[in-house]
Amino acid sequence: MTINLKQTLSSTSYLSTRRSHPPIFLVIMAAIVALGMALPLVYLVIRAMGIGLAPFIALISRPRTIQVFFNSIGMAFFVTLLSALIAIPLAFLIVRTNLPGRRFWSVVTTLPLAIPTYVGSFALLAFAGPRGSMIQILLEPFGVQRLPSIYGWAGVIIATTLFSYPYILLTVRSSLQGMDPAMEEVSRVLGYTPYQTFWRVTLPQLRPAIAAGSLLVSLYALQDFGTPALMRFESFTYVIFLQYRTSFDRSMAAALSLVLIALVGLILLLEYRARSRAAYYSRGSASQHQQPLIPLGRWTWLALGFCILITLFSLVMPLGVLFFWLGRGLRVGQNPIELITMMLPAAYNSIYSSGLAAIISTLFALPIAILAVRFPSRLTATLERTSYIGFGMPGIVVSLSLVFFGANYVPWLYQQLPMLIFAYLVLFIPQAVGTLRGSLLQVSPSLEESARILGRTPWQTLRQVTLPLVRPGVISGAMLIFLTSIKELPATLLLSPIGFRTLATQIWQATAESVAFTQASVAALMMLFVSTLATLIILSQERRIKNAQPSLTQLED
Amino acid sequence: MKRRKVISLIGLAIATSAISIACGQQQTTIDPTATNGTTGATLVVYSGRAEDLIGPMFQRFQAETGIQVNVRYGDTAELAATILEEGQNSPADIYFAQDAGALGALQREGRTRPIPETLLNQVDPRFRSREGQWIGITGRARVFNYNTDLLSSDQVPNSIWEITQPEWSGRIGWAPTNGSFQSFVTALRKHEGEERAREWVEAMQANNPQVYRNNTTLVEALGRGEVDLGLTNNYYLFRFKAEDPNFPVSYHYPTGDVGSMINIAGVAIIDSTDQPEAAYAFIEFMLSPEAQQHFAQGNSEYPLIDGIQPPDGQIPIAQINPPDIDLSDLEDLEGTLELLRSAGVL
Repeated sequence: MTINLKQTLSSTSYLSTRRSHPPIFLVIMAAIVALGMALPLVYLVIRAMGIGLAPFIALISRPRTIQVFFNSIGMAFFVTLLSALIAIPLAFLIVRTNLPGRRFWSVVTTLPLAIPTYVGSFALLAFAGPRGSMIQILLEPFGVQRLPSIYGWAGVIIATTLFSYPYILLTVRSSLQGMDPAMEEVSRVLGYTPYQTFWRVTLPQLRPAIAAGSLLVSLYALQDFGTPALMRFESFTYVIFLQYRTSFDRSMAAALSLVLIALVGLILLLEYRARSRAAYYSRGSASQHQQPLIPLGRWTWLALGFCILITLFSLVMPLGVLFFWLGRGLRVGQNPIELITMMLPAAYNSIYSSGLAAIISTLFALPIAILAVRFPSRLTATLERTSYIGFGMPGIVVSLSLVFFGANYVPWLYQQLPMLIFAYLVLFIPQAVGTLRGSLLQVSPSLEESARILGRTPWQTLRQVTLPLVRPGVISGAMLIFLTSIKELPATLLLSPIGFRTLATQIWQATAESVAFTQASVAALMMLFVSTLATLIILSQERRIKNAQPSLTQLED
Repeated sequence: MKRRKVISLIGLAIATSAISIACGQQQTTIDPTATNGTTGATLVVYSGRAEDLIGPMFQRFQAETGIQVNVRYGDTAELAATILEEGQNSPADIYFAQDAGALGALQREGRTRPIPETLLNQVDPRFRSREGQWIGITGRARVFNYNTDLLSSDQVPNSIWEITQPEWSGRIGWAPTNGSFQSFVTALRKHEGEERAREWVEAMQANNPQVYRNNTTLVEALGRGEVDLGLTNNYYLFRFKAEDPNFPVSYHYPTGDVGSMINIAGVAIIDSTDQPEAAYAFIEFMLSPEAQQHFAQGNSEYPLIDGIQPPDGQIPIAQINPPDIDLSDLEDLEGTLELLRSAGVL
């Protein structure tokens, strides 16, 4: 008679208790975030109730509105597709192969996320616009008077993809790093080629990571306004903005935003379906040895070429344009040292607020991810879904909702730094939730169960077992939030303390009404510099953690 | 294991202290102290105007009167929405807008406070609210900007009707979401009638105009030669020239049509202010010859009080003859928006 240990264990009351009672501190933290997410929704519902139903119906049934709505969906789809096509091979090359300079590519392929859309799109136009752009000027001796217009679909898809593909790259990277290599090794032993192994074993395991990253890219593409505006692409957010800019009709804008949220809900549903219910952790012993890198051989040049191409367009091109503007300003006699010194307080504020946002948001994302993965239920799933609402909405909408609640209900906190950090949390927390979920899915629950059986409390289990194992997700999440907070604009303009400048607001200041491109380029370059430093620091943490992976034996300490 | 414990404890301590520092940080906004007299008071200004252009004036005001000025810079429309969402708890005392439409929106929602007659009378009635709820500080004229490499000065059209001709197809740029453009269309409707205005808008729309999101991007594109001619405000060009003296764009005032000066940058006092006296002093300063001179010479904007030299190289105010429209007349703005929407422009 064989004793099935698993069956015995599952019949103990411990496990059934664990399934229905998540630790209370997790629930409290998650509830706080849920409250935060609810605020923009409540605001939108309150505002939307002020519209006349007839004008609203008239507006959304206009052929133009409907066309614009589907334009947005199409744009988001193509951006996501293109981003996945770029990010997945890149991630694989960086993590699994012997690509030369992997650490370098790690950093430079993440950095495009640090480039704000309003800078990136502007740079793309200065580089590849139909006339007077760098490419056209280069080709003019060959008789090229005008390039094909980059405006419209092409421009918006290219510009959005170039600066948001790192979302998928980061989630896939951390998933690859946490994957148990045993399955791939088994596949090779069974006779499959590396190519087949990739398609049949690796890629399916990457599904949650790809889905999480694609979710972020599609939501980002939907709510972005800067790129479609510059590229003359009429997106649905454009219609919302028109309400603010032209008719000053906040009610109509709120009603339209609710339509956008319905769309976000639909996409969330799609992503949920895309995740299979399969287990992504290994059921055997967790093998933590370093996986041998796949030698590229004669493919090395092709791989390098691919990396160089992507980096050229997503990083070198905007940098080049920024330096060009800087150079132009220097020629006219502007003093770079003076400009940099002027920007230093803004740089400090940027680092401070984004750093705080990254720490606090990741902290609060942990309970949500843990609840969603370890204690799946309707409630926790809803909680995780609603965290995406802030991310899928235009920044101005979230900002105004916090203005409404802040000024009227917590005036002592209004326009103080904590409220700004809270705004960043509401806007960006799903980035951390996604990466944490991805990492957590790769941790076998039996490790945590063993810890509980050995006598650890839930809090100790969290600290000693779960957290160390989800470090890749924590790191990716914190980095994402830092990079996106530092370039955030609408919430910073409205909710930061008066006089609190950040590099993002300085860039905006220099280009909105005034024409100080040199100033803008200095601020943008400083922002990139700070982001690069942060990425380097955070990625170096990754390396140290890899060398100090916890093993089962350490649980007995 | 122990070292990791120490590190995580330190990290937790840092995080906690960072949070508590952030919560305890003194913010630099208003501290409503003085109710009598204006020295020592603090004014909170929400400014849709850029810091480069208006900041020096705020500082000079602060230096001369001793009234502290705390400014929140942002987008004109977003700041208006913010003031409306804040309600009576708004910290704002003054709202400085880039166009009259935003000021009118605040007036319509009842968030403005009447400005004293003495201040209102310094400015022509065309450039302030009829109900005295806001006042223009400087004017901006509509103008053609054109690329000098692509068009010579005699090729530049003289009238807005010329650019609806087929030969200009695809060569004209505009920024229809811009408040000044909408005011221009409103003036067209008032001056030439609804039919003519609709005719012009539809003819332009059929002529493949290149759409830009604001005047800055439009003029920047003009510099690259992406379009030959643009409909914009007068002062952008001079800022571009300051960054790059060889900027290949020049200006031309269309004649004989709807007039040139169409929009104003102006100020409204927010109804929830607790510093009305300081607010009046602020407006008085902005309308003073010193400030108006700075706007004209430094920013190339049109001064709105009498006796100030217009910006260099611009047509004097006397020759500009805008029609008599109330810039904040919202029925007018709504009508314009309706026209632009139905023509497919917006």
